[in-house]
Amino acid sequence: MAEFLSYFRQDRLPHIWCPGCGNGTVTAALVRAIDKLGFDKNNIVVVSGIGCSSRAVGYLDFDTLHTTHGRAIAFATGVKLARPSLKVIVITGDGDSAAIGGNHFIHAARRNIDITTIIINNNIYGMTSGQASPMTPHGMLGTTAPYGNIEYNFDLCELAKAAGATYVARATTYHYVLLEDLISKALMHKGFAVVEALSQCPTYFGRKNKIGGAVDTLNWIKDQTINVKAAAALPPEKREGKILIGELHSTEKAEFTQQYLEIIAKVQRANPTHAQNKGVSGCELNSD
Amino acid sequence: MSEKARLMQGNEACTMAAIAAGLEFYAGYPITPSTEIAEMCSEELPKVGGKFIQMEDEIGSISACIGASLTGAKAMTATSGPGFSLMQEAIGYASLCEIPVVIINAQRVGPSTGMPTSPAQGDLMQARWGTHGDHPVIALVPGNVKECYELTFRAFELSEKYRVPVIVLTDEVIGHMREKVVLPDPASYRIPVRAMPQSPADYKPYAADPNGGVPLMAPFGRGYRWHCTGLFHDENGAPSNKPSVASALMRRLNLKVESRADALADYFAEGLEDCDIAVVSFGSSAMAALSAVRRSRSEGYKVGMLRLKTMWPFPSKTVRRLLASAKKILVPEMNLGQLALEIERTAGCERPVIRLGKVNGELFHPDEVFAAIKEAL
Repeated sequence: MAEFLSYFRQDRLPHIWCPGCGNGTVTAALVRAIDKLGFDKNNIVVVSGIGCSSRAVGYLDFDTLHTTHGRAIAFATGVKLARPSLKVIVITGDGDSAAIGGNHFIHAARRNIDITTIIINNNIYGMTSGQASPMTPHGMLGTTAPYGNIEYNFDLCELAKAAGATYVARATTYHYVLLEDLISKALMHKGFAVVEALSQCPTYFGRKNKIGGAVDTLNWIKDQTINVKAAAALPPEKREGKILIGELHSTEKAEFTQQYLEIIAKVQRANPTHAQNKGVSGCELNSD
Repeated sequence: MSEKARLMQGNEACTMAAIAAGLEFYAGYPITPSTEIAEMCSEELPKVGGKFIQMEDEIGSISACIGASLTGAKAMTATSGPGFSLMQEAIGYASLCEIPVVIINAQRVGPSTGMPTSPAQGDLMQARWGTHGDHPVIALVPGNVKECYELTFRAFELSEKYRVPVIVLTDEVIGHMREKVVLPDPASYRIPVRAMPQSPADYKPYAADPNGGVPLMAPFGRGYRWHCTGLFHDENGAPSNKPSVASALMRRLNLKVESRADALADYFAEGLEDCDIAVVSFGSSAMAALSAVRRSRSEGYKVGMLRLKTMWPFPSKTVRRLLASAKKILVPEMNLGQLALEIERTAGCERPVIRLGKVNGELFHPDEVFAAIKEAL
């Protein structure tokens, strides 16, 4: 436990999340994955947008960037392209990434830029107290869907895959071991990697939909999921309506910043007399 | 390399100045009449080891620039009205979080899609007040191609020094006009350098003199491990709702730029010492205005010219001093009186301020300004 605390800004605790919230579980999985992989704390930048999940970065002892609503991936794109040697991680929510930030999400996937994006999907806008999100299932309630949601939610993993992400996985806060393992794999992947973490919001989603408290909401999530490997052996009627968890897509494709560095090398070979524009503080921008 | 004359466009001059100032990162989205800047950056930046990215929209563009700037890279984007509108939230983020970034806005006729290929100067107030909340901002207005170079370079100096977004307000004519420009020898100027803290030990990312001081900015990835947030924050960077913290932050931020308003003043003045009419203008409108002023003087009228190059922070004291002798003030501008409002505020209680606004997508003709001068005499 103590070793994980060293990854937190302990003077910023306690956190603002409600009792029973899943955000802490996902944050813990990220920190443990980083610890296990032995990454250098000073080489990690964690970027987030706006919402409950995005507040995680304030507690983490890395260079952290809490941006505007929906734009975390766009800010992260600037960090990563300016300094490709940095490990760039985005923590975002379902409203942040799939509604207001949906455009940046699909375009980062399309570019295959080396950013690990963890989407904490709690099916609701929690920070603003329970409005329907693009991930609120059809028929369920939110404070802006008082008669039941008549919109359909995205399959974020299918969306990421179709847009070009080269690593896509899904787990839940119930399946903690799987979640940590998939985050580790995403962090090791070179390219745009997405882990969707289904997470409980007992305060606004569970209560509004009369699911119950934190444990009930966690069980509600668990009961809808099925492991992708187990699903392969089941007849279609048994898979109907189930959400697949596990590693859903993994492929290799030339990564964006790597390709850009190759362009620089090629152009500079052809134009050897040009001066170098280096970082304002004298840091070498193309160190890797 | 010695000085040499070149024929170039305003947009080209902006790009060359940015690269000379050490530009390392450009993110942008195509939009008339600024697109040449993006095209040129895509070609030139890799040559100096810099990065170019075409983002999915203008919000993404400025967001990526802010992210890049946080790693220590000098960053710039360029756009026009509709894109400038989309950037406003992030400009506020850069103002509050004190992240240097340069934004070129080649103005076109608006609102909305307007007349994309025609010049306007309607974004003057948006450059000052486009984002929500009180905030510091600097905006510079070149009046010709050479000044596109000089003021873009200056924009980087000011942005890095004061940790503030700096907007270079050009327009369709200034951006696309070609003029002969003698570029300065790169050895003759100092490339702006962002001040850095000495060591991560006890680093407080927002500790500074409360009377408008500028905190030292640590680039990401250097062991400082600091938190950058668009929430109001204390000197440690921790989010805070405390009224005392909010008040201190807002006062320091705004004083940082406003207290330097007259020190940052940059302008062209001619014949203001003893004039019946002062013509005050900026950007491409000032070309016709200056021509009309000189004609007026050659015909024996006492008319002077003030062309502002620093628009924000507005150099009120300087403007009042320069306009002291004028009995009337005429303000030709390609909008319906945005600069005139500032002139009325700073100097208008003493004499009439005559608005000469034009919003039809055409440049002023010197004859129009001359006619307005004669009418005012």
